[in-house]
Amino acid sequence: MILIVDMTSKKESLGYYEFVLPIAKIVKRFDKYDIKPYLKVPSLNLEKYSKIILSGACLRNSPRDIKNFKWLKTYKKPVLGICAGMQTISTVFGSSLIQCMEIGMKQVKTKKENILFSGKFKAFELHNYSIIPSQKIDVLAISRNCVQAIKIKDRPLYGVLFHPEVRNIEIIENFIKIT
Amino acid sequence: MKVAVLFSGGKDSALALHKAMEKEEVVCLISIISENEESYMFHVPNIWITKLQAESIGLPLIQKITKGKKEIELRDLKSAIKQAVDEYNIEGVVTGAVESVYQAIRVQKICNSMKLWCFNPLWKKDQVELLNETLELGFSTIISGIFAYPLNKTWLGKKIDKDMITNLVELRDKYKISPSGEGGEIETTVLNAPFFKKKIKILKHEIIAENNSGVFKIKEAKLARK
Repeated sequence: MILIVDMTSKKESLGYYEFVLPIAKIVKRFDKYDIKPYLKVPSLNLEKYSKIILSGACLRNSPRDIKNFKWLKTYKKPVLGICAGMQTISTVFGSSLIQCMEIGMKQVKTKKENILFSGKFKAFELHNYSIIPSQKIDVLAISRNCVQAIKIKDRPLYGVLFHPEVRNIEIIENFIKIT
Repeated sequence: MKVAVLFSGGKDSALALHKAMEKEEVVCLISIISENEESYMFHVPNIWITKLQAESIGLPLIQKITKGKKEIELRDLKSAIKQAVDEYNIEGVVTGAVESVYQAIRVQKICNSMKLWCFNPLWKKDQVELLNETLELGFSTIISGIFAYPLNKTWLGKKIDKDMITNLVELRDKYKISPSGEGGEIETTVLNAPFFKKKIKILKHEIIAENNSGVFKIKEAKLARK
C-alpha cells in the first residue's frame, strides 16, 4: 500500500485533480494506495505503507510550513517528493528555497547515478522555486537553471522538481519498484 | 475563489466547468474564436454556440476573436483574461486541458505572469473515463468534427453514448485514435448538461465532409425547455 500525500491547498481542491490523481493513475497499476491531505499525515499510522509519494501543487500555492513534515526526519521507508514535495523534503533537511521559475519542457541532466533515472531527458516543469541544497543532500540532476532532483544522504528519500507524472512516468514506476 | 473557465462548448471544457462549479465560484466563461481552422490552442467548430450555452448556464461570456496565428492567439487570450480580471475580479482560470502540454504551458505562463491561479481539473485523466463521466453526469454531446481515418461523415451529429464509446475504444486499439479526440481526431459540442437551465435545440445544420475530415455545422439553434 502506497500513501499519496495531497500537497495542494484544500482537501480535494481543483488542484487535487491536476496534481494528485495523475499520480494515483500510475500507482494503481502496481499497488493499492491511499490519498491523504498533507495536514492529516502527522496523525496517521505510517507503518502500513510501503512507500510515500508527496504530490506537486499549483504555482500559486505557498511553500509548505515544514512543521507539518517533521515525520520525514524519522521515516525510514522510501519517499518520493514531486515539485512542492521535493521543495518540502529539501527544506526539512536544511536546504533553502530559491526563486527559479521554469514552465514547460526542459532538458534535465543526471549528475549522480541513481535508481530512478539516468542520462539526459526532457521533463515537464511547473515551478517558481528550486533549492539551495544543504550538506545532507545529494543533487541527482540539474537543468540549465535549477537543481532538478535530490536524495537525502543515507536515506531513501528522493525529490524531483519536474513532474514525472506528466512525462517520464517510468521514474514513478522505478520508485514504486524499489524493494 | 472567483474563477473564469476557458470554454469552447465541447465536452472537455464543459466537464472542467462542472468540476470548477463544484469547488469554486465560477463567475464567467471565456471563449476565443479563432479565424484559423487549424488553431493550435482553440477548438473551432460551432464556437459561436458558446453564446447560447452561456445563456443557458446563466454565466456571462467574454468572447474574443483571434486571427489564430500562434503567438497572437496567446496575446488575445491574455487580453480576454485581463477583461475577466477587470470586470469580474477573477483570481483564477480553469481549462479543460487533458494531455496537451502545449496548451497547458501557455495558459500556465499567462496566469503566472498575471498572478492568477491556473487549474486543469482534467489533466492526464483517462480518456475513456472522461467520456463515461460525461455520460454519467447526463451530458448530451454530439460529434461536431472528425479529422482522422477511419472516421467519416456518418459520425457527424451523432450523440455520444455507450455504444459510441465502445466503438471509439475499438478504434483506439486498432488505429491508435485517441478516444476523446486528444490528437484532434474529433471535436464535440455539448447540447445539454446538468448545469444547463435549458437545452440547445438544433434547428438547421449542414454537414461538410470529405473522406475522413468533416464538420457538423450548427447553422441555427435555440434554447428549449429540458
